[in-house]
Amino acid sequence: MAAGGTMSGISGDAVVSLRDVHKSFGATEVLGGISMDVGRGDVVCIIGPSGSGKSTLLRCINALVPVDRGEIVVAGMTVTSPTLDKLALRRKVGIVFQQYNLFPHKTALQNVMMAPIHVLKRDRREVEELARQLMRKVRLSGKEACYPGELSGGQQQRVAIARSLAMKPEVMMFDEVTAALDPETVKEVLTTIRELAEDGMTCMLVTHEMGFAREIADRVYFTDRGVIVEHGPPKELFGSPRDPRTREFLEHVL
Amino acid sequence: MSRPFAVLLPFRPGDGLAGIAGHRADRRAAAGLALAAGLILVHAAAHAATAGAKPAVLETLWRWTPFLLGGFVWNIVISALAMAVGTALGFLLGIAQISQVRAVRAPSWFATQLLRNAPWLVLLFYCMYLLPFQLHVFGTRIGIPDWLKAAFGFALPVMAYVSEIVRGAIRSIPAGQWESAEALSFTRSQTIWMIVIPQCLKRMLPAWMNLYAIVTMASVLANVVGVSEGLTAAREMLAAEQRVELLLPVYAYVLLWFFAYCYPIARATVFLERRWAVAH
Repeated sequence: MAAGGTMSGISGDAVVSLRDVHKSFGATEVLGGISMDVGRGDVVCIIGPSGSGKSTLLRCINALVPVDRGEIVVAGMTVTSPTLDKLALRRKVGIVFQQYNLFPHKTALQNVMMAPIHVLKRDRREVEELARQLMRKVRLSGKEACYPGELSGGQQQRVAIARSLAMKPEVMMFDEVTAALDPETVKEVLTTIRELAEDGMTCMLVTHEMGFAREIADRVYFTDRGVIVEHGPPKELFGSPRDPRTREFLEHVL
Repeated sequence: MSRPFAVLLPFRPGDGLAGIAGHRADRRAAAGLALAAGLILVHAAAHAATAGAKPAVLETLWRWTPFLLGGFVWNIVISALAMAVGTALGFLLGIAQISQVRAVRAPSWFATQLLRNAPWLVLLFYCMYLLPFQLHVFGTRIGIPDWLKAAFGFALPVMAYVSEIVRGAIRSIPAGQWESAEALSFTRSQTIWMIVIPQCLKRMLPAWMNLYAIVTMASVLANVVGVSEGLTAAREMLAAEQRVELLLPVYAYVLLWFFAYCYPIARATVFLERRWAVAH
């Protein structure tokens, strides 16, 4: 991993930057002041117990969930601004969900092609070429004409990744993308993500795959009850966690 | 109008049973179909022997069949048109019911509930009197025939039912579909028309077909407001023949036509429901 090079000067080169982000659902505070910076090409993993606000954090970054307080800047765009162009933002940030959420009435290839054609208004033939290329990239050549219902969970998730990539985002976010998968298909999805990271894609992952986080991440953030408890390179965070809460969590999951 | 009702004769069990027994061996069709057919045949058989100078019941029915069918066609025309208009408008009303704008959502909800909870006959009367008998468009007079008004009258409840079917189907689409569409920058109307509605069609079809069968059967109500259709034809035939023994066979015959038309729709609905039950 290119961890060493990107660690310094993050704040100047940040693609995603959060400052003191707060979010509550009713009386429940889900994010209690989150600040973080993700540099271009960085791979950041967010770990922590369920309900610690990890998924909400990702949804705030692409404005699926509005924040209560704080500032989020993505690729030079202020997400928290009231004049935000959501369409422009979401072209820069792709997100893949735990439940894949492919469109079941469209084939795999059509799933990948839909957004570039109808949202970006790009030429159909061009898009089809790109889509086929992306299907190859996620190692699903030959499955273009399959409907989501005919694919395994792992295959569907890789189509979802290709669908997101078709928008040519600058940042990819993965929200527990392997949590709903059979163990044997987890690996193929992780391989796809690993290859993306190696290509230099900026990635933010919420994950329970500690081994994968340790291997792939430049930095790991441990969150609990809406705050970042501690963060650092995986070697440090997994090897010698400073906070007792981190230690306790890692003891449970490792 | 009330001519035939005064002289309804009691059912004669002896003849009736003989009639049923005679035809039992031939019964192959579905139970309901056989029942309707049986009703006719009972009377046909009963009166074939005793009719004397008058032509037999079956023969009379056969002779009047083109005329009766000519009436029945209007039931199909009225109900099909009511479904077409009601479905198109109901679709829009259903989508308006899930609008994010309260000023759109609230009246759509109200209109849906109002029309869904009104007696069809009242709506029918309302339309008959509400709509003019002709329209002036750029100096040309366009007449609005009664059957067309009746079709609009039936289109109102259809619209309300379709509105609810659409709303229910849209709400049954998992939230993840909306979320991923939003994350891919689809606008709300793109999401509705390109992603949500296509998935809804399968879910809506059985309920929609069921509604169609109900509307076809309800279309005889048009008779009450003076529109000629299948039941009108039956009454005209009875009035012309002036034969009491024709009363039950003729109505049973009309029943049979409705059954023959609606039952396949009901079967197809059950088939589709079963086939699509598991698909997402």
